[in-house]
Amino acid sequence: MAASTDTLERESKLQGLGSSRLRKEDARFIRGRGTYVDDIKLPGMLFGAMVRSPYAHARIKSIDKSKALAVPGVVAVLTADDLKPVKLHWMPTLGGDVQAVLADKKVCFQMQEVAMVIAGDRYSAADGAELVEVDYEELPAIVDPHKSMTPDAPIIREDIADKDNVGHGPRTHPNHIFTWEAGDKAGVDATFAGAEVTVREEILNPRVHPCPLETCGCVASFDKPTGQLTVYLTSQAPHLVRTVVAMLSGIPESKIRIVGGDIGGGFGNKVPVYPGYVVAIVASIVTGVPIKWIESRIDNISTTGFARDYHGVGELAADKDGRIKALRFTALADHGAFNSHVSATKLPAGLFSICTGSYAIPKAYARVDAVYTNKAPGGVAYRCSLRVTEAVYLIERMIDVLAQKLGLDKAEIRRRNFVKAEQFPYTTALGWTLDSGNYHGALDKVLKAVDYDGLRKEQAEKRARGELMGIGISTFTEIVGAGPTKVCDILGIGLFDSCDIRVNPTGSAIARLGTMSQGQGHATTYAQIIATELGLSSDEIQIEEGDTDKAPYGAGTWGSRSTPVGGAAAAMAARKIRAKAQKIAAHLLEVGEGDLEWEVDRFKVKGNPSQAKTMKDIAMAAHTSNLPDGMEKGLDATEYYDPPNMTFPFGAYVCVVDIDRHTGEPKVRRFYALDDCGTRINPMIIEGQIHGGLTEAFAVAFGQAIPFDENGNHLGNSLMDYFLPTAVETPHWETDHTVTPSPHHPIGAKGVAESPHVGGIPCFSNAVVDAFAHLGVTHMDMPHTSYRVWQQCKALGLNER
Amino acid sequence: MATKQAVSFKLNGKAVDVVVEPRELLIHTLRERLQHTGPHIGCETTHCGACTVDLDGMSVKSCTVLTVQCQDSEMLTIEGFEQGGALHALQESFHEQHGLQCGFCTPGMITRAYRLLKENPNPSEEEIRYWMAGNLCRCTGYQNIVKAVQHAAKKLAAAAA
Ligand code: FES
Ligand code: FES
Repeated sequence: MAASTDTLERESKLQGLGSSRLRKEDARFIRGRGTYVDDIKLPGMLFGAMVRSPYAHARIKSIDKSKALAVPGVVAVLTADDLKPVKLHWMPTLGGDVQAVLADKKVCFQMQEVAMVIAGDRYSAADGAELVEVDYEELPAIVDPHKSMTPDAPIIREDIADKDNVGHGPRTHPNHIFTWEAGDKAGVDATFAGAEVTVREEILNPRVHPCPLETCGCVASFDKPTGQLTVYLTSQAPHLVRTVVAMLSGIPESKIRIVGGDIGGGFGNKVPVYPGYVVAIVASIVTGVPIKWIESRIDNISTTGFARDYHGVGELAADKDGRIKALRFTALADHGAFNSHVSATKLPAGLFSICTGSYAIPKAYARVDAVYTNKAPGGVAYRCSLRVTEAVYLIERMIDVLAQKLGLDKAEIRRRNFVKAEQFPYTTALGWTLDSGNYHGALDKVLKAVDYDGLRKEQAEKRARGELMGIGISTFTEIVGAGPTKVCDILGIGLFDSCDIRVNPTGSAIARLGTMSQGQGHATTYAQIIATELGLSSDEIQIEEGDTDKAPYGAGTWGSRSTPVGGAAAAMAARKIRAKAQKIAAHLLEVGEGDLEWEVDRFKVKGNPSQAKTMKDIAMAAHTSNLPDGMEKGLDATEYYDPPNMTFPFGAYVCVVDIDRHTGEPKVRRFYALDDCGTRINPMIIEGQIHGGLTEAFAVAFGQAIPFDENGNHLGNSLMDYFLPTAVETPHWETDHTVTPSPHHPIGAKGVAESPHVGGIPCFSNAVVDAFAHLGVTHMDMPHTSYRVWQQCKALGLNER
Repeated sequence: MATKQAVSFKLNGKAVDVVVEPRELLIHTLRERLQHTGPHIGCETTHCGACTVDLDGMSVKSCTVLTVQCQDSEMLTIEGFEQGGALHALQESFHEQHGLQCGFCTPGMITRAYRLLKENPNPSEEEIRYWMAGNLCRCTGYQNIVKAVQHAAKKLAAAAA
């Protein structure tokens, strides 16, 4: 068609959906002109340094501030006693518990916040913190969650010892937090009892930390004359923080402004409200000047936002052809000393019930017991939705265990159990309705791309020569986009999200959203969604997030919820504008609305395409008197989007690993990742997110863990010990995709950034275990460091020359 | 507190004078006294490279350099890369190759890559990975950073030809 060249040209000029548009946010970052929280400098600002506990469990007998106060530059030393009069020495957590802001009579984990020294600069604050003398009486500590609920276990939380419920049902021990269950226990038990084959494995997701390159911090600034509190904060969820601060402080929420600014990575670490923020706020209220508090890296790894620490047991029952009949997964969850685990109120174990994965499993039962230990509180979801990595890791490991037991190929067993393309929407045994998928198609594409049969042949030859080569497969289903407010709320606030779009007379627009970018490129991608919906160039669409005075309320960016929820809000707000624009166009062209059709950037009269009004024409008209009778001026719209369902991105990954049997060193030779995140907004950004997620998965699988000794002392909380891969260790990533749109999302998009982390970790583990599978090994716990892999080699006598 | 010392050096071509305690770290002088907040602090223990600056022709981690060590030195930070309104090839390439996400590592990465390309104008992928191993990135997985450095090398070579 003749018109199509022109249409295509106009369409590509918009740089809308599907275009690999370069990022708008780069301009400031490549010049060193980002505004991260530590870059904020306000007049008269003081600096806070935290005094932390050297013990994991101890009573505080006394605190002597005098030497600290004598340090030149030190202005104040705050302890729990100083926060008590304003009732801010304890705070509610996002997990339904309370947490000590500053230790109240006792400490429950090493590095717990005990006091904050406020001084003129960071050096004198640090000097002062060194000199605060705290007299402790050490108590026995619990480090192993398996020992938390023994009859003689020391009581960690005396403040709630007599409470039989801390928000999530009855407690059976003072160190018990909750027990959560889902599924048909009796039916599952019966299936297991009569099954042709069953497998069981204990599977650990060790305690790890998201460790974004920027640590957490804030600048709190309370203006006494106006009563206005402004907090610049590294937060993935500024609006939720504002609400928590209002609840805590009694300051009207309208007088609190949280400013997210630029965030140097989050990965879950920056969702909760941490004690440092609260003390800084109080200190600013007390002193009347702005207070900055920035974590050191060691503070960051030791105290804010750990993830996982899930001690799982996986069981599958199947027939002898490998068709899974029932699943039973349980986990003991170590939540540390306070339950500040980020979770939706009704989902204390998060989305663990996605553990049936990509498979049609008729019966399932899941149970999680959460306990207190003398470790840092949390946790957060490290580049995943709440407890999804743990769930996916279990099922993707267990299906391999079952394959090995039956002598089946690990790709074939997946094919036999996949939910079939024609079965979608498919409701799992634990109640999630998977929106769309094509699992067979994805796996087949990947196996072909890597020449799977050739790899298995090579492996057989190597095994015959005594060499170790592993092939890992992961065919995961993620659950993201929390979420439908009927199921998902935090502190009673539904997890909807929002977008407010204003179109200017000259046809440019500004959109503000309740989400918060930490590197995902929202300023680029949201503009693309709106560009396609409105027919305005994405270059003229400005995106703003993170300043609660400007953006509409939303739950922020975590759990890959920006595209599924925020992106949907953007599309729906734009559609409201387009609906109004259509009325205006009909008025201007003197035709009925039904006589118009939309084409790229304009409404044209059906059958008379020369009669048309572009969105730019309409934007101007919307600000004149020439509007239909009774129509309001302007071209604005706001949408609060409550998603009808979660979205379920999926993927098929293959990893090839070679292991040196003498040194144990595992080397990832190849990693092929196919992701299906539904409609793709910006392929360049998607690929970047996948590279990043795979690298974080690689870090978890091959090196990350936060170890403790039996007294609760950290054994690795700096970058000296905690593994962040460099460019040298990081493998080369190959990416691929299929597109299966979400049927319920306005543009069919599902969210992507967490999939590579969630799907990557089991793929690496499966590859490492597969290298030893012919020798009868069914499972090895992460992290697969050279030393630990070497221990496996040694146990099998493979390391001998 | 030890007595303060006066230190003078050249920062991005301009002479600067500061008066600091002997223990003050260069990263703090740059960020807090001289308003050069491009170099960032990611660890303060010489591991992450977010604080990388170019000091007398060497990449250094400014969290592990005392300001008093910098007397009479010449220093380049990310703020000195754009010249006369024109971006440096590395800045352009990081943008064009999507070599950054949150941007926190970027000033250090670009500054390190600058010295790498001075010493090795045509590095292989493997060389880039080794020579950049002192700079951590949590977001990108490095693949596009490698591409960006290679892309910049080509641009610089073309400009020199
Ligand atoms: S802050 Fe200097 S190396 Fe990390
Ligand atoms: S872009 Fe975020 S740390 Fe590199």
